[in-house]
Amino acid sequence: MNPCALTLHEASEKLRKRELSSQELTAAVFTQITNTDDRVHSYITLCRKSAEKAATKADELLRQGNPTSPLTGIPLAVKDNFLARGVRTTCASRILGDFMPPYDATTIAWLRAQCAVITGKTNLDEFAMGSSAENSAFFATRNPWDLERVPGGSSGGSATAVAVDQCIAALGTDTGGSIRQPAAFCGVVGLKPTYGRVSRYGIIAFASSMDQVGPITKDARDAALLLGAIAGHDPADSTSVNLPVPDYAAALTGDIRGLRIGVPKEYFVSGMQKETEDAVRAAVRQLEKTGAVIEEVSLPHTEYAVAVYYIVATAEASSNLARYDGMRFGRRAPAKNLTETYMASRQEGFGAEVKRRIMLGTYALSAGYYDAYYLKAQQVRALIKKDFDDAFHRVDAMITPTAPTTAFKIGEKTQDPLQMYLSDIYTISVNLAGLPALSLPCGFDPRCLPIGLQIIGKPFDEATILNLAYTYEQSTEWYKQRPVL
Amino acid sequence: MALTREEVQRVALLARLRFSGEEESRLTEQLGKILEYFAALERVDTSGIEPMAHALDVVNALRDDRVTNEPNTEALLANAPATDGNFFQVPKIIE
Repeated sequence: MNPCALTLHEASEKLRKRELSSQELTAAVFTQITNTDDRVHSYITLCRKSAEKAATKADELLRQGNPTSPLTGIPLAVKDNFLARGVRTTCASRILGDFMPPYDATTIAWLRAQCAVITGKTNLDEFAMGSSAENSAFFATRNPWDLERVPGGSSGGSATAVAVDQCIAALGTDTGGSIRQPAAFCGVVGLKPTYGRVSRYGIIAFASSMDQVGPITKDARDAALLLGAIAGHDPADSTSVNLPVPDYAAALTGDIRGLRIGVPKEYFVSGMQKETEDAVRAAVRQLEKTGAVIEEVSLPHTEYAVAVYYIVATAEASSNLARYDGMRFGRRAPAKNLTETYMASRQEGFGAEVKRRIMLGTYALSAGYYDAYYLKAQQVRALIKKDFDDAFHRVDAMITPTAPTTAFKIGEKTQDPLQMYLSDIYTISVNLAGLPALSLPCGFDPRCLPIGLQIIGKPFDEATILNLAYTYEQSTEWYKQRPVL
Repeated sequence: MALTREEVQRVALLARLRFSGEEESRLTEQLGKILEYFAALERVDTSGIEPMAHALDVVNALRDDRVTNEPNTEALLANAPATDGNFFQVPKIIE
């Protein structure tokens, strides 16, 4: 078996037993990148030299027999909206030019401290705004199951890299589904932790009240290990929460007897691909057989979630992206005065979708419209959160599809932004409410495209949804399927 | 709630964005359609509901006001489009 095809926990064990060195593993991963990336285009920037250096250092630690974490020596890919000192960071935008971060994001610093090997920076929709990775200023990433289709977005590069073994695992960010939906489209596991669980310091901000960092991995155990390595309090992020980090891997007992699982009836509506509904319903029956107690629940404000999300997220984005003005960093276009310089720099530097969202957000916050849009959306957001609070009085977790369809074709939705927004319908409520949720493979449609199952948990209860995912994996083999390029 | 071209121009100026005539027409139509979709929120009774800005109950996170990062003028200026000595060079801000 090619070592790049190992899961994180398998690779970690082999490294500890000295059956494999981090240098060998890293070399295998880079060979895989060389052999496959001209077809899928996962990476924007490769860090081969620094990766080899980190692998050498990890091997020393492993030789001494005291690796600091399960991540020691493991090649990981990182979405290109994490700041990593000395590595060009683009956020898939032209406006950042050749931006060289002067510091590390907290998650990157923690990965480095654990002697993980960072392979490079993966492609995304510009500023993480999109559901297909087509909005990258550089190129579209391809779905490894069908190169004519999108890998999902915005963390499309990270999900693809994991699916085709161009890394052992990856980090992404999720503001409205950007980890879970590409994980579903690429047939891998993606976890969005509770808002506040993982530091956002050094992540390029999109919508600050919803952005969250999380793992994209080959199975649930890997997600547990990677989450454990990045979760925790960070004084540099005022929204990071000071709660103890449980041993997520220890929570994977495979025992879900008596666990109450809610199936929200509003998530099974017209517009969903039939195979998706069938696969999710089959997964629910499977979990029931394994001992879970299934119950229908109601989230009555679900139909408003897309509207609320695209008001709140664009409002926050319009404010966050005001900093890209061509003054202290990034691209500056020549113009005759200050205002013209701002406008010309932003006109050239931002892509169409980013501009569209800045326009929407600016409109929603502008005088005369604030109450009708932004304030109203925040009120409905409270109702959406309350729906979840009420349902979680009765159940321990919820199961839904991750996306209404499997991966769509490249170009299929780029002309109709609203259609693109609606592909996030099952993931965005979770961000509005700040909850943890993961996606894992639960089947294939007749075109051999993977289907994602979403498991939503209570705040800070990642352990339960990880154990549910792990238990499901024990009785099915979907997560073991890999695309053949 | 149809969006007018003038509104698009007004918002573009607020956002410091600029569009060609063709882009402006397309945006007027696209944003208009999206706003129409947003109008569904009017159906929700939100009287007495506190607006929710944040998913956490955390109010203020305070920490000591200490310098923890070493100054790195060179690295910061290296990203600037224009510099003069130890300064960012910017267009004239007062006419």
